Amino acid sequence: MKSGLIFGINGPVIYIKGRTEFLMGEMVYVSEEKLVGEVISLTDNMTTIQVYEETSGLKPGDKVYGTDRAIFVTLAPGILNNIFDGIERPLGAIADNSGIYISRGISVDSLDTEKLWDVNIKVKEGQTVFPGTVIAEVPETRAIVHKSMVPPKTEGVVVKAAPSGQYTINDTIAVIRLDDGTERELTLTQRWPIRVPRPTLKRFPSSKPLVTGQRILDTLFPIAKGGTAAVPGGFGTGKTMTQHQIAKWSDADIIVYIGCGERGNEMTQVLEDFSKLVDPKSGNPLMDRTVLIANTSNMPVAAREASIYTGITLAEYYRDMGYHVAIMADSTSRWAEALRELSGRLEEMPAEEGFPAYLASKLSAFYERAGYFKNLNHTEGSVSIIGAVSPQGGDFSEPVTQNTKRFVRCFWGLDKSLAYARHFPAIHWLTSYSEYLGDLAPWYNENVGSDFVSCRNQILALLNQESNLIEIVKLIGSDVLPDDQKLTLEIARIIRLGFLQQNAFHKEDTCVPLEKQLKMMQTILYLNTKCKALIAMGMPVSVLKRHNIFERIIAIKYDVPNDRLDMFDGYREEIDRFYDKVIQENA
Amino acid sequence: MSIAYLGLSEINGPLIALEGVQDAMYDEIVELTVEGLNGKEKKIGRIIEIYEDKAIIQVFEGTENMSLNNTHTRLTGHPLEITLSEDMLGRTFNGIGQPIDNMGSVVSDIKRDVNGKPLNPVTREYPRNYIRTGVSAIDGLTTLIRGQKLPIFSGNGLPHNQLAAQIVKQASLGDDTDDELVVVFAAMGVKYDVAEFFRSTFEESRVLDHVVMFLNLANDPVVERLITPKVALTTAEYLAFDCGKQVLVILTDMTSYAEALREVSSSKGEIPSRKGYPGYLYSEFATIYERAGIVKNSNGSVTQIPILSMPNDDITHPIPDLTGYITEGQIVLDRQMHGQAIYPPINVLPSLSRLMKDGIGEGYTREDHQDVANQLFSAYAKVGEARALASVIGEDELSASDKKYLEFGRAFETQFVGQAEYENRDIITTLNLGWKLLHILPKEELDRIDTKIMDKYYDLSAEE
Repeated sequence: MKSGLIFGINGPVIYIKGRTEFLMGEMVYVSEEKLVGEVISLTDNMTTIQVYEETSGLKPGDKVYGTDRAIFVTLAPGILNNIFDGIERPLGAIADNSGIYISRGISVDSLDTEKLWDVNIKVKEGQTVFPGTVIAEVPETRAIVHKSMVPPKTEGVVVKAAPSGQYTINDTIAVIRLDDGTERELTLTQRWPIRVPRPTLKRFPSSKPLVTGQRILDTLFPIAKGGTAAVPGGFGTGKTMTQHQIAKWSDADIIVYIGCGERGNEMTQVLEDFSKLVDPKSGNPLMDRTVLIANTSNMPVAAREASIYTGITLAEYYRDMGYHVAIMADSTSRWAEALRELSGRLEEMPAEEGFPAYLASKLSAFYERAGYFKNLNHTEGSVSIIGAVSPQGGDFSEPVTQNTKRFVRCFWGLDKSLAYARHFPAIHWLTSYSEYLGDLAPWYNENVGSDFVSCRNQILALLNQESNLIEIVKLIGSDVLPDDQKLTLEIARIIRLGFLQQNAFHKEDTCVPLEKQLKMMQTILYLNTKCKALIAMGMPVSVLKRHNIFERIIAIKYDVPNDRLDMFDGYREEIDRFYDKVIQENA
Repeated sequence: MSIAYLGLSEINGPLIALEGVQDAMYDEIVELTVEGLNGKEKKIGRIIEIYEDKAIIQVFEGTENMSLNNTHTRLTGHPLEITLSEDMLGRTFNGIGQPIDNMGSVVSDIKRDVNGKPLNPVTREYPRNYIRTGVSAIDGLTTLIRGQKLPIFSGNGLPHNQLAAQIVKQASLGDDTDDELVVVFAAMGVKYDVAEFFRSTFEESRVLDHVVMFLNLANDPVVERLITPKVALTTAEYLAFDCGKQVLVILTDMTSYAEALREVSSSKGEIPSRKGYPGYLYSEFATIYERAGIVKNSNGSVTQIPILSMPNDDITHPIPDLTGYITEGQIVLDRQMHGQAIYPPINVLPSLSRLMKDGIGEGYTREDHQDVANQLFSAYAKVGEARALASVIGEDELSASDKKYLEFGRAFETQFVGQAEYENRDIITTLNLGWKLLHILPKEELDRIDTKIMDKYYDLSAEE
C-alpha cells in the first residue's frame, strides 16, 4: 500500500514532501488514528491533503496511507431515518462508541452491516441486466421501498440469483457475467464518489411544481420538481424555518436535509420534530422519508465542505430509484466559507472578499446536479435543491448571494423589516422571483383551476400597486389618497395578513392545499371587485370598513379547515350580503 | 523530563519560531523559560503551525523580554489542559486558568483538553425550559431558555454589564425546581473596573461561592484571551455534564477576543477576509458558542450569555454578524433608547430568541404568551412607521389610529421595556402589562391574537 510521511501541518491542511503516488481526490488515512483526509493538490515537491477531522496531536513524520479511491459514500438500505456527519458516518453509532462528544478517528461503518433486511429479489437467472436494473426491493422504512440497482457502467447476464429472504447489505444476492466473461457479485451495496454526478439518460424540462403547502411559495414564486431555489436572508429572518416547513410539508418522496455549518440544537430539533410529526400522505413519521446530514458549525471545516456533496449523492441515488427528492442545504454560505478557509490555508490568490476565484464554478456545478431526469432504468425522478444563503450583514450584494443568483431559477429573498414585524414567512414579494412560473402555468391551470395563474398575477399586481402607494403615504399620509387607492391599500393589507402571512405553528395553517390557496385568492379578489363597484358608486372606504367583512376574510386561513372548502361559498354569500347592506344603508 | 531547546530562530509579535525540534505535535503546549534581567520568567505557548522540524509557536503571555538566545523551550506532549474540580466554585483564575487568588492550585485527577470536542447532535436534547430573568423585555419577548446561547449586542457606554449582572442576580429556573444556577464568568480584555463591578455584584448578592471567574484584563497579554473562553467553557461543561449543575456562562467582551484573533492572524501573514479578520473567524466563534446546550441523560445545562460591543454600533460588522448566525438569537441594546434614560435600553425589534417558541406557552409560562409577544412586536413595528410619518407631516396630521400607535409606543418603551435595575417582575406581571398596553390600541388592530385567547384575556386584563 502506498504511503507518505507528514512534513507540515497547518490547521486542517497537511503537507507531504516530495513526489508521491497519490491520486488527485484520493481518500487517505492520516496517522495511526486513521483520520480521514482527501488529496487536494499534487506538485512535484509537495502533496497537499485536507483532513476531515481535528488535526491536534499530529506530528511531522506520521504516516499517511492511500486507499486508491476517491471520497465516496456507501449506498444501501439504512440511509433513511438516519443522521450522518459530513462524510456519511452515522452519528448514532458514534454516540454509542464515544459518548456525548464526537471523538476523532472513529472507524464505524456508514450503514449497519449486521441488520437483516427483508429482500425481495427481482431478477432471474439468465436475465440480461443493464445499469440501473432493479435487482432487489427492500422495504427500507414504512414509507419507502428501497430499490437496489445494478451500478452504472455494469451490464451482463445474471448467472446466479439468490432467493428472496433476509440478507445483510454485504451478502451477495446475485452474480452477473460481464461482456468480457468475468463474473461480478452484486450486493445491496454500491459505492459512489461524492464529487461525481450519477449518470442519467436524459434531462427533462421542468413541468411539475414541488408543492410545499406554503402559500407565498406555491402561489407567487413556485419551484418545479427538479428545480433550484435560493433562500437568502440575514440572521433571524427565518431561513431555517422556511427550510423546515418545506422539508415537513412538500410533496417530495424523500428529503435530504443538510445542516452545513449550522447550529447543533437545530439538528436536534429536526431529529425530534420529524420523528414525532406524521407525514399527511403516508401516515408515517416524517423521519421515515428523511435523511439528515449534520455537520454543525463546530465540527471540522473540511467535512463541512464535503457535506453538501455527500447529501446530493444520496439524493441522486434515490432519484435513480424513481423518487422525487428535495434537498435542503442550510446553509450554502457556510459551505462557501469552508472553501474560503481552506483556500486561505493553501495560500491561494483570493478573489472577492477573500473567497477563492473558483467559488462560482463550484456553486454552479452543485446546483446543476438538480433536475428532472429519465434515469438509466427508464424511470423518472427528480432532485430539487433549496439552498439557504446567509449573506454577511444581510447584504445581498456579497459574492455568495450574487453567484447563487446566477445559477438558481427561484429566489426567495427574506426581508429583515418583515421579520422585525414578525411577518412570517418573511419572504419579500418585491425582491423574490421564480422563473418557473411560465413552465408550470399549464400544470396549474389544468390541475388546480384555469384561473389560478391569472388570480396569482392579480394578487401580485395589487401588492406592487400598494408598494407604490406606500411611497406616497410616507410623504403625505394616507388620509389624502382618493378612495379607490385607499381600497387598494385595504385589499393589499388583506393579502398580506390573510394570505401571505402563514402561521407555521397553527394546525390548519401550517400546510395549505393548492385548492384552498386558489379559493382564498378568488375570495379576496371577489371582495376587491365588489368593493370597487361600491367605491364607483361613491361610497367612501371608511363606510366599507364599518363592516367586519375585512377581518372575516383575513381570518379565513384559521377559520376554514383544509378539508372544508365548501365553506368558501358561505364567504361569497357574505360578501354579497355586505354589498347589498352597504347600498341599502347609504342609498 | 523531556529535552529543552535553547534559543529561537525568529520572534514576530506574539509568535516565535523554533527550529530543530523533534517529535513536536500540532496544537501541543510548550513551556518557555526566559532568563531575563529580572531572573527567570515562565511562559506558555502553543504550536500553531509545524513544518518538519520547524515549529511556529504562539506565546500566550506575550514575547516581551524574549530574545533569540535567552529562551529555553520544553515540549509538554499534550494540548492545553485544565485541572477541574467542583472546588473551583468561588475561585478566581487568570485567562489561561491559573489561580490568582492566592488559594493554591486546584487539586484533582480530572484534566481536560480546553479545546473541547463537538457535542454530537444525536446526544443533545432540544432546550425547552425557560429561565426567568425578571426583565420584561427578555422574559416577555426574547425569552431565555436553559441551554441556549443568547448574546447581548451592545456598544461602548451602554449598560450591558448592568443588564448581565441583573440577569445573574435575578435568574430563576422556575418555581418547581431546587436547582441553583452556578455562574462561570470569563472576562477577555475588559477594564479593571468592569471586572470589579461584576465581582462586587456577585459579592453583594451573595452568590460569589457559586461563581468561577476567569479574568484577562485589558492590560493582560492579548494572546491569552484566545484561550480564556475555552478554559471557561471547559470548566462549564465539566460542572454541567459531569456534576449535573445548571451553568450560566458570561463571556465578555467577545469583540476583544476577535481583535486578538485578528492580531495573531496578521502576524502569521494569513490572507485576511472581511475587515482584516481571518477567514476562519466564523469557525472560531462556532467552537465557542456551540459549547452550550443540554445533553441526554444528564441533569446539567450550559447556557451562554456572551456580551459583545458592536464597533461603531454597527450590527452588520463581522463580529456581531457572524455571532448572530451562530447564536440562538440576540438581545440588542440601543443608544437612542439609552439616551432617553430607558433602562434596560433593549431595542426589541432586532432582538430575538430562537428557542422561545418551544419554551413558552401552556405548561411553561401562560398560553397567551406567544400571541401577546407577536402582537407587541407587530404593533411596535408600526410605531416606527407612524413615527417616520410624523417626522414628515407632523404629529397633528396623523390619522387617529396612527396617533394611538404613537401613544402605545411611548408607553411600551417606558413601562414595558423600561424597569428599574433591581426590579424583578414575574412572568404573569409581564404578560398582564403587555395586555394593558395593548388596550391603548383599537381592538380591531390586534390582528395577531387568536380569537379564543382574545376572548379569554382581553377583558380579564382590563379589570386589573
